[in-house]
Amino acid sequence: MPQANGQENASREATVFALVGNPNSGKSTLFNKLTGLKQKIGNYPGVTVERKEGTCYSQHGKPLTLLDLPGTYSLIPRSPDECVVSSVLLGKQKNTPKPDAVICVIDASNLERNLYLASQVIELGLPTLLVINMIDTAQSRGQTIDTETLSKRLGVPIIESCANKGKGLIDLRLAMSRPVTLPKSGTFNRINLAEATLKVIEGKLSESLNKSWAKWGATKNFLHEKIAAREETLIEKRYQAIQKLCEEVLQTSGTCKRTRTERIDHFLLHPIWGGLALLGVLGLLFYSIFALAETPIGWIESGIDTLIETANTYMPEGKLTQLITEGVIAGVGSVLTFFPQILMLLLFIGLLESSGYMARAAFLLDRLMGRVGLPGKAFIPLLSSYACAIPGIMATRTIECPKDRLTTILVAPFTSCSARLPVYLIMIAVLTAATPEHTPLLRAGLLLLMYLLSILGTFGFAWFFKKTLLKGNVTSSIMELPAYRVPSLGPIISDAWNRTKLFIRRAGTVILGISIIMWFCLNYPESKENPHTQLEHSIAGQIGKGVEPIIAPLGYDWKTGIALIASFAAREVFVSTTAIIYNIEGSNEDPEIKTLSQALHKQKRPNGSPVFTPLTCLSLMVFYVFALQCLSTIAVVRRETNSWRWPIFQFSYMTFVAYAAAFIVYQGGILLGFN
Amino acid sequence: MTSLCDLKPGQCATIERFLDEAVSVFRLKEMGLLPGTVVELMRKAPWGGPLQIKVRGSVLSLRRNEASLMAISLA
Repeated sequence: MPQANGQENASREATVFALVGNPNSGKSTLFNKLTGLKQKIGNYPGVTVERKEGTCYSQHGKPLTLLDLPGTYSLIPRSPDECVVSSVLLGKQKNTPKPDAVICVIDASNLERNLYLASQVIELGLPTLLVINMIDTAQSRGQTIDTETLSKRLGVPIIESCANKGKGLIDLRLAMSRPVTLPKSGTFNRINLAEATLKVIEGKLSESLNKSWAKWGATKNFLHEKIAAREETLIEKRYQAIQKLCEEVLQTSGTCKRTRTERIDHFLLHPIWGGLALLGVLGLLFYSIFALAETPIGWIESGIDTLIETANTYMPEGKLTQLITEGVIAGVGSVLTFFPQILMLLLFIGLLESSGYMARAAFLLDRLMGRVGLPGKAFIPLLSSYACAIPGIMATRTIECPKDRLTTILVAPFTSCSARLPVYLIMIAVLTAATPEHTPLLRAGLLLLMYLLSILGTFGFAWFFKKTLLKGNVTSSIMELPAYRVPSLGPIISDAWNRTKLFIRRAGTVILGISIIMWFCLNYPESKENPHTQLEHSIAGQIGKGVEPIIAPLGYDWKTGIALIASFAAREVFVSTTAIIYNIEGSNEDPEIKTLSQALHKQKRPNGSPVFTPLTCLSLMVFYVFALQCLSTIAVVRRETNSWRWPIFQFSYMTFVAYAAAFIVYQGGILLGFN
Repeated sequence: MTSLCDLKPGQCATIERFLDEAVSVFRLKEMGLLPGTVVELMRKAPWGGPLQIKVRGSVLSLRRNEASLMAISLA
């Protein structure tokens, strides 16, 4: 018993500090400087709000727990982020201790708006330390803040800092060493504000009493107005108090010359130059996740191959070895190959966010995305999905509105990711095998057609979901365009690294399980006589035959059915599976596509007609454009939406769309006499 | 009636009142856009895109449909 008590005391001994502040106030930089590498990233239970916790040491070496809450403009809970911030501060968040004290970070060059959140925090009555960050930016704009008076008026200690240059950290650590004290009564006293509000509400109430007393249902309106008026009057009262405070403590010297940020904006938000710059940035982003990631992906793939070979050499031949090599190593290995792309994209997005350019890109792209009901910020996740939907879906975290974010996640896999390319290429090769004379143009045209279809699917369904399922704009489009800053690389790298690791760990577990199941489906029950008929014999083969009546209207035979089912794990599996099913020798050699496409072209049905008619190839490609055939995507959607409901819904509707589209292509083609 | 949308780049104005008390207005107010607040229109994104404004020292962007909810008087 005494031991247990001692442990409990020990865990409570570490004082918990919560870090709150506006987005772009330099809060995350401060968190990173204080905690170094001692941080844990996760999710709050039940929501997809990121939870960041770290350990830092006070100036006297005492370990302290630091909780980095999501950046927010207000404590009034309207979005999931704000809900988490207020419930943590009120001690109502599950599995999170109520903070002993709050560190509120505000941007010195944006004092007035930042004091809005600070005033709400102080009003909560928790011990608060106010950090006035980026004091250098304010000074360069000729602004001086009388922190002594401000501290007196607010009733809380103030620390000046420039977190990115490491200034003020010692002062902050010293302040964190001192015993926590409650805010003294100051400008933002709960009672003062409430009284002021009450008077206004009284006035409004008597007004509405006179006007609508006789009307039926007046009481209901009356109550609504009471609540709305309370909140809105509070906003006004708060800003009035802040304005008065700022007049007292903030001095601006010098004339209003254009700031550095305004000069950069003049170029980067220019209708022509800004557009070109954006195109350049997006091109670079696309290039880095498409081409630059290729080399490390190659290393990882060859590493996995070596591992499989080694396992095959040193382990006894048999089913267990096969399970480990083909199921476990190949399955988990397929997740590892996403590592370079995810890391690259998250690094890129980190740079865009912390330099301040992300908001400008969203500003420029807002009109385009607005046409389908999405915010400008949805563009980058969707563009990234053209390389791979997984980092793209992870990048949707930059979208604040939950409905917009979910819509983007739901349509992201429609973008033609790089894993579809091998399927397109082989089908196009089969399709054009009969007409070699006008091949190049036809091939390019067909490939382009597939990409156009995918764009149509992405934007069409985004529009559809925003009109139906995820209707309504709960949040406003208002967005801050923060001052440009030289990004500090340390936090960006550690953040991207931590998130990538988290994905690999979480998705890896899901994929490991599913890969093992897939392996069993492909290998059992065993076929005794002929290893070539193993697939046909297996559960997957049985299913392939079972679904033949369903896929026959799309023009596929049961063998294609097996390839379809196998590639629900990952699209690129289609090529290797068809090679096995159609018994093609040397499919791993260099002129793979050529031999495979010729072999496929010659495949005959029992009645002698070719299996892969041009119409079948087209229908198959269209199926791959729309279907969600990627376990890793399902795993990442599960993680990002925090439920199985959305990935299941997404898988179902996309499969349905794929089926319908392929059906229309095939049956329509037959009706038009193309077969 | 002039709304924030009708301003030209570089012009300043004072917000008079909100024409519609929609849900999104709440967030605008929390960002400091209140009756009596001075707003400067910095630029308009091309083809009907959002507006870039300066309010209380901070630079914000918002869509035209929301900007048109604010009735203004030229300063």
